[in-house]
Amino acid sequence: MASAREPLLAAHGVVKRFGHVQALQGADFTACPGEVVALIGDNGAGKSTLVNVLSGVLAPDGGEVRLEGVPVRFSGPMDAQRHGVETVYQDLSLAPDLDAAANLYLGREMLRGGVWGRLGVLDRPAMRREAVRAFAELGVELKDVTAPVTTLSGGQRQSVAVARAVAFANKVIFMDEPTAALGVVQRSRVLETVRRVADRGICVVLISHNMPEVLSVADRVEVLRLGRRVASFTAADTTIEELVGAMTGSLDGPPQHDTARTGPAVTEAEEGR
Amino acid sequence: MSADSQELRESSKLPEAPLAGADGRQRAAEVLRRAAGVSEVWTFVILVALVAFFTIAAPGKFFTTYDLTQIAVNAAIYLVLGVGMTFVIITAGIDLSIGSVLVLSAVAAGEYNIHHGGPEAGWGTVAVCVLIALAVGTGWGALQGAVVATGKVPPLIVTLGGLGAALGIAELATGGQDPAGAAAAHLQNSLGFGKLLGIPWLVILAAVVTAAFGAVLGGTRFGSHTLAIGSNPTAVRRAGIPVGRHLIKVYGLMGLLAGLGAVMWLSSYGTTSIAGHSTDNLKVITAVVLGGTSLFGGRGSVLGTVIGVFIPAVLTTGLIVIGVQQYWQDVAVGVVLVAAVYIDQMRRKTRERA
Ligand SMILES: Nc1ncnc2c1ncn2[C@@H]1O[C@H](COP(=O)(O)OP(=O)(O)OP(=O)(O)O)[C@@H](O)[C@H]1O
Ligand SMILES: [Mg+2]
Repeated sequence: MASAREPLLAAHGVVKRFGHVQALQGADFTACPGEVVALIGDNGAGKSTLVNVLSGVLAPDGGEVRLEGVPVRFSGPMDAQRHGVETVYQDLSLAPDLDAAANLYLGREMLRGGVWGRLGVLDRPAMRREAVRAFAELGVELKDVTAPVTTLSGGQRQSVAVARAVAFANKVIFMDEPTAALGVVQRSRVLETVRRVADRGICVVLISHNMPEVLSVADRVEVLRLGRRVASFTAADTTIEELVGAMTGSLDGPPQHDTARTGPAVTEAEEGR
Repeated sequence: MSADSQELRESSKLPEAPLAGADGRQRAAEVLRRAAGVSEVWTFVILVALVAFFTIAAPGKFFTTYDLTQIAVNAAIYLVLGVGMTFVIITAGIDLSIGSVLVLSAVAAGEYNIHHGGPEAGWGTVAVCVLIALAVGTGWGALQGAVVATGKVPPLIVTLGGLGAALGIAELATGGQDPAGAAAAHLQNSLGFGKLLGIPWLVILAAVVTAAFGAVLGGTRFGSHTLAIGSNPTAVRRAGIPVGRHLIKVYGLMGLLAGLGAVMWLSSYGTTSIAGHSTDNLKVITAVVLGGTSLFGGRGSVLGTVIGVFIPAVLTTGLIVIGVQQYWQDVAVGVVLVAAVYIDQMRRKTRERA
């Protein structure tokens, strides 16, 4: 894992304007396979905008996004999903009246073979079987995959949303504050899940305002400020004070943190783990 | 399926036996949950209680073939309309226009019939009339669906406008009078009064439509997307499902079934009954809601609607049989309806708190 790696997802000089608000002013971003990257920054720093650009929700006004070294321009979230890039939305984006299996396969339903399949008849047993496997893989215990999602606890619901992304992503998963509404136990479950997913070679990009959480789960931390990447830290070698300093700009300048300009050179994190 | 989830499947060879055990327990849990939690069970209990009551109150009178057939024939058209309404309400929508769309479809088919042979029209004309009724209904419904899909006007208003406009066009075309000779004798004698093994064709048609669309709602991708749209349209949109196009199909289906209702009406009564459908919408919506379909969208079933259609039908017949003024039926249905929605709300709240 510690060998020199090609970045899985790389953005260079991404620009995004909303009217005269310049949300991203040449932002860079790098993520490698099997890595958990935390994306942090103050409110309005441009985190959500950057993730929206990288996941195909927004089209950038300038700059370049490369997936496995190939320049890409997603035409929409579906296009990104076809490339193996999934998003766990902050509101989870689940249909509460449907069961976990149906949510897992929403928009990608498995159909029966033959004529029935052509008529759109669902293969529910197969979907439920796969759902049980997918949840088991994530260490999620759902007593009943046929229960409507509203009847699940917040953490379980979060897990369904994560499982949905995990089941179909084979490259990158973006998670916009996936633990924001969770209790201590559920939060640690989700973070365990994040770790497990990354160990499968998928890159997880985590937006969070919770610094201890960031340091406990991330391999690297990228800091956005005013629409630019201002720093990139190895999680194992940094402190909350340092992160907060970079976010607010009070620690500007120390060159040793300026790895942003030289690209994804930081690899000690992986050895540390 | 991505290569990775393929891998996931391969790498997680779970022991099969415990999985099968869990499967069995799951199925048992599911059955229990269905039995206890699903509102159509309660509605069904009410229906059974009503039937039992009338059977005991009027022994030998209520439970006769005549009444059963009559109940079924009366319910057949409402059932067909109710199936469409179930889909619409599940998307968190509503369609107030169904009575007018039925009338408009009947008038369009009837006018064609009048000019192509009248009551003595041949089978060819009958076939064209049926197609006209279905096409007019589907077109009108799809048009309303397209407006709903823009998200700019709520379905209540779109279909309220549609109710007025469709009826107005029907009245313009006929001068407000039911034209004579709207239905061919062939149509009436076959679909209208015909029977197969003692069961009226109208009832068989309604049963087939109900079973088919019950299966569509419960077992197909179309049904699943319908439920999902009523549950969380944003999530559905993000999942890449074209929500607008789906809504057009759902309202189009409602229109198609209103057109079919027009064919059934013409064959059964032989006239367009322009003034006779102003409360169809309320009756059908009542039946759907009684059947446990949530007005807030996301939940519902065709089976529930079947039960919901039969409750008023059983009440009407039953009250006549035991000699009570049948107007009590309206009072009873009104009370039960409000109670049903109240219970739905309570269940929703307790579930969300859990
Ligand atoms: N759709 C939009 N229209 C106009 N301005 C926008 C839009 N989206 C974002 N912005 C602006 O872009 C800037 C960056 O917003 P963004 O949502 O990316 O910040 P963020 O880092 O995600 O903040 P937070 O931590 O509060 O979620 C802000 O100044 C915001 O006002
Ligand atoms: Mg944000």
